Amino acid sequence: MNTEATATLDARGLNCPLPILRTKKALNVLEPGDTLQLISSDPGSVKDIDAFCKQTGNELLENNAESGEFTFIIRKS
Amino acid sequence: MGNAAAETNDPVMDRNLFNQWFDDRMAQREAEHVPSMTIIATKGTLDMAYPPFILASTASALGWDVSVFFTFYGLNLLRKDLDLEISPLGNPAMPMKMPMGPDWLRSVNMNIPNVLMANMPGFEKMASGMMKKTMRDKGVATIEELRSICLEADVKLVACQMTVDLFSMDQAEFIPEIDDWIGAASFLPTAQKADVSLFI
Repeated sequence: MNTEATATLDARGLNCPLPILRTKKALNVLEPGDTLQLISSDPGSVKDIDAFCKQTGNELLENNAESGEFTFIIRKS
Repeated sequence: MGNAAAETNDPVMDRNLFNQWFDDRMAQREAEHVPSMTIIATKGTLDMAYPPFILASTASALGWDVSVFFTFYGLNLLRKDLDLEISPLGNPAMPMKMPMGPDWLRSVNMNIPNVLMANMPGFEKMASGMMKKTMRDKGVATIEELRSICLEADVKLVACQMTVDLFSMDQAEFIPEIDDWIGAASFLPTAQKADVSLFI
């Protein structure tokens, strides 16, 4: 697991659309180039975070699924 | 002068240049375009409160401009005190499941006859309470939470003036963050320019 992310957001236990909304909020306070690590337990977030990044121009660096948990690293554009 | 004009007026040459320029302009326009969405929210029950607020808050997270027009029973979603309920009666698609007990029990869909639902006092209160518990257990946001996220994200919440007059309500019953009290003629021009327009 990448521990070098600028910030970490634990969205476990939250359901659609909260992981996206919290991610957006967490990215707002970061600087361009900073990275955000997101941990989610919502299976829907796998496709949603990908779509969110494509639409908002942020870069999805990593996307891991392990035992019902999903970890994403997003670089703010 | 005449020769130079003849060269640049070569129709094939011009078309290629034009196509290149046109593609560039269109790509630039698309990159600069801020998507927009308008939603007309017409329902005031707990289950039907979710779609407009989920879509509006998510669209705002994607960077879209969003406005939601609340009309008829949808106006309930803008009350200061949200006390939303569901009605399983006449709503055959709604699953009736227990929010407590072992997993096998939670997954059973209980078919309760309409005649029972209609005659049992407090049935809707009970069903609403169970639905709210299920949502809380599953980590689904409350309507209050989604509504405040929308307000934070500058989603425009506009309300139908006619509905207030029709049902003898008072504007003071509704949240002060309402952007405007308007009618169909004021909302439609916004919807006309939107990329996405939904009626819920």
